[in-house]
Amino acid sequence: MNVILFMISCILTNNFIFNKFLGCCPFLGVSSKVETATSMGIAVTFVMTIASLFAWMVNTWVLVPLQLEYMQTIAFILIIAGLVQFVEMFLKKSMPALYSALGIYLPLITTNCAVLGVATLNVKEGYNLLFSVLNGTFSALGFLLAIVLMAGVRERLESSKIPECMKGFPISLVTAGLMAIAFMGFNGLV
Amino acid sequence: MSLILSSAPHVRTKDNTQRLMLNVIISLLPCLIAGVYYFGFACLIPVCVSVVSAVAAEWVWQKLGHKKIRIYDLSAVVTGLLLGLIVPPSAPWWMMVIGSAFAIIVVKQLFGGIGDNFLNPALAARAVLLASWPALMTSGYNVGKFDAVTTPTPLLGSASLMDLLLGNVTGAIGETCKIAILIGFVYLLATRTIRWEIPVITLASAALLGWLLGTDPLTTVLSGGLLFGAVYMATDYVTTPMNSLARYLYAVGIGVIVVLIRKYGSYPEGVTYAILLMNIAATLFDRIPVQRIYGHTNAKKEGK
Amino acid sequence: MSEKKMNLGKVFMNGVITENPTFRLVLGTCPTLAVTTSAINGLGMGAAATFVLLGSNIVISALRKVIPDKVRIPSFIVVICMFVTIIQLVMQAYLPSLYESLGIFLPLIVVNCIILGRAEAFASKNPVVASAVDGIGMGLGFTLALTLIGCIRELAGNGSVFGINLLGTSFQPMLLMILPAGGFLVFGLLLGIINSLTNRKKGGAK
Repeated sequence: MNVILFMISCILTNNFIFNKFLGCCPFLGVSSKVETATSMGIAVTFVMTIASLFAWMVNTWVLVPLQLEYMQTIAFILIIAGLVQFVEMFLKKSMPALYSALGIYLPLITTNCAVLGVATLNVKEGYNLLFSVLNGTFSALGFLLAIVLMAGVRERLESSKIPECMKGFPISLVTAGLMAIAFMGFNGLV
Repeated sequence: MSLILSSAPHVRTKDNTQRLMLNVIISLLPCLIAGVYYFGFACLIPVCVSVVSAVAAEWVWQKLGHKKIRIYDLSAVVTGLLLGLIVPPSAPWWMMVIGSAFAIIVVKQLFGGIGDNFLNPALAARAVLLASWPALMTSGYNVGKFDAVTTPTPLLGSASLMDLLLGNVTGAIGETCKIAILIGFVYLLATRTIRWEIPVITLASAALLGWLLGTDPLTTVLSGGLLFGAVYMATDYVTTPMNSLARYLYAVGIGVIVVLIRKYGSYPEGVTYAILLMNIAATLFDRIPVQRIYGHTNAKKEGK
Repeated sequence: MSEKKMNLGKVFMNGVITENPTFRLVLGTCPTLAVTTSAINGLGMGAAATFVLLGSNIVISALRKVIPDKVRIPSFIVVICMFVTIIQLVMQAYLPSLYESLGIFLPLIVVNCIILGRAEAFASKNPVVASAVDGIGMGLGFTLALTLIGCIRELAGNGSVFGINLLGTSFQPMLLMILPAGGFLVFGLLLGIINSLTNRKKGGAK
């Protein structure tokens, strides 16, 4: 039961975008079409899950025993960069169809602060292996939900008569703000 | 700059918009009268301030932007009136000014004006007020006939079904008297201003889920702002999906989220958020091909 | 000499105004939105980012002929990471309360696109002094933007600026402003206002 509540809170109540501001760059940058937004979201889910797993293992079995916690940031970012490279090569070889769908998004993910953010948060909150991986997966699904909803709204905005000075980033930010207000309804759900 | 409305599929001329909006205003009068009966004439202050400042905000925006003044389409009046009816009777005037200005300028005009807003302006404004001044928005219901009553939230009272139906409970100005809302609903149906599907499906799905979770269906439907929201907010033309299957899903979504927030959330009432969330998802619902069965490949888009 | 000075001045002003990373390039949105609940947090974040930007720009510029092209991005990240770790440890020791309120956004400076962006676009192609000036300019631009947003949100959401109450006790703070949604709204509206002002200026110049 605890686990289920935790998953729901990752997706809705503590949504990465609307509550923690993690992953805003791709959220604003890659959300003009629902299809691309979905691909980006899936790619992020993929990487965040694996990154949470590896970051937890490296932190618990290498950094903590050697008392190298201050090397955390540098270790995590290297893990993430390596993982992204590896995932890219793996997909290219074994799942070319998925690779062609996600390919261009993968390199972008290295500098997506959601990935480094989830690894750092897992350590900060002291999650065990299960919760770290769940946090990675379900926070990423929350990101997926947010970016797909955002893309849906933005596709609609394309035909709107938005004032010149608000076009692009400003209206996207205001949209995100209004969506964040609606997401507040989930407060206390868990 | 041409400002002719062309957003499909609700191609509306100005006269048409004006007539529809007038119908909505007339249908809201019973709620307003009931509000005055229960809460006293003082509750007209937030309502009037809200209407006046909504119209003023629209006028100022269009004047400053050198656009055609379109306040005579009455849509700003409707937004102001709706916002005025979903706040506590003792809501301070400055809060109503901020709320109306936010509804008209940020939620509506920044996105291109009438027909282009993706959220219901009045509901978005209420959510903003609720987040900004929670104390003022969740107390202050005890005026007029309710001097002695000290129920903190409109949902937690131990009122009988009859009291709920007549509106003899605390709550927002226009939301309490269900008879008045039903009169308005019948008027809107008779004038073909709205269709029955969305309100009825919303109420039915909320009642069903509430019943499964152990709440009497009638209590679910009659308490809080569900009926008002289902009739006046969920049916807003521009923020609902376009094809009929999508509209049914949208209505079910509202009903389900309302019950979940009431039962598990930290807010006493979830109607505002449920409708706003479904407004956001409306464009995605419209992408579901009509012939496809719900739950097929697109299921992940609305399940969450 | 004077020409070179002017160039440096231009590089500096480029970062602060012409290509302000927050308002013109809209980079580094996550920390911009997350930490600006108060003016002091915005200033602190800006200062930390400026330090990292200055350090990484200098080092990367100095090493620009040594770093092989193929591994340049990982190398840049390692350099940036080094400076982030330094500022993290310094803040933890001397400014613990600020360190707490910036939270995970301090280590996340590593993935702030402004810093990697300047390394790639400027420091890896220009000499050390110009890169240092560029780092300070961009950092200052970022700091000013963050402080401005922080001031607005703190004033509306708490009635104060830098912790000093300005609006008196009868003011009812608009809590939304210091909630996440308020961050998106204030940033979006500010961008819109700035766009509209610059558009008007351009129109007038024509």
